[in-house]
Amino acid sequence: MKNILKYLLVGFVFGIVLTKSEAVSWYRIYEMFQFQSFHMYGIIGVAIFTGVIGIQIIKRNNIKDIKGNAIAIPDKEKGSARYWIGGIIFGLGWALVGSCPGPIFILLGAGFWTVLIVLFGALLGTYLYGLLKSKLPH
Amino acid sequence: MLLIFAQKNSMKIIFETWSWYVSGFLIGLIMLALTYFGKSFGMSSNLRSLCSMTGLGKRVAFFDFDWKAQRWNLVVVLGAMLGGFVAVHFMSDASNVAINPKTIAQLAQLGIEAPNGKLMPDALFGIAIVTSPKAIFILLIGGMLIGFGSRYAGGCTSGHAISGLSNLQIPSLKAVIGFFIGGLIMAHFLLPLLVN
Repeated sequence: MKNILKYLLVGFVFGIVLTKSEAVSWYRIYEMFQFQSFHMYGIIGVAIFTGVIGIQIIKRNNIKDIKGNAIAIPDKEKGSARYWIGGIIFGLGWALVGSCPGPIFILLGAGFWTVLIVLFGALLGTYLYGLLKSKLPH
Repeated sequence: MLLIFAQKNSMKIIFETWSWYVSGFLIGLIMLALTYFGKSFGMSSNLRSLCSMTGLGKRVAFFDFDWKAQRWNLVVVLGAMLGGFVAVHFMSDASNVAINPKTIAQLAQLGIEAPNGKLMPDALFGIAIVTSPKAIFILLIGGMLIGFGSRYAGGCTSGHAISGLSNLQIPSLKAVIGFFIGGLIMAHFLLPLLVN
């Protein structure tokens, strides 16, 4: 039970921060891609900066995870095609509906019901990838 | 006096838009918390889990994996939905989503109304759009690109931009540059064609 609660709490804070920072807002994503505000770049930049420092602290001090196991963060698979092509396809969708997978769920929780169409599309897209995976360059 | 001041300030913090530096820092901490829990921060993999839950694994090998081991991430999603509910219903006011006036003027030309405190434009997301096949098509295609692209690239904004770049991963840098190439093409060239 405690195990579940900590994930629920992390998710809860995530939902609040993304909503209060307006990173879930279609308007903010549009504004970002028009280079008309620093807001989103600041959020992403500081999140990465915090992450880089934190990960370095974990690695250099061999900090153990909550269960006492060594923290091993697997490297991403090598490759190029999947990252460039998949990245561009994702970006097209991100700028069109203004939400990435996290915000899709957050907005649904907040009661923006038409985002259900986006979620349905995202599941369909995931399914199509699963179908076509072996035929795509990675 | 001090108490009233403190109370006024805390009320402000609840309702106003959170700054980029506080928000970015907290998002970084969320990623680190999940790392400390022995997990990784990535939202789009939940889409794969949801597909697997429907039994698709029997027909498509990609969905034949132990999604139950990913249940923790679905709990994060549930928490995020609750967070979104609380933040929108109890922590918002009309001062929110104060975007650049230039952006507002540009959007007006596309027929998209100013935010006036709302997170999402009614022109694209209002409940009235369910009678417009074109508007439904836009949301559906957008979702499909997100689902297909994030799985193809092996992650989205959380998995690559935050988790991957924090761990100095070159593949994530490629993916994130791709996100922005795609995003800029959409925002500058395709979106005006689609919306008009």
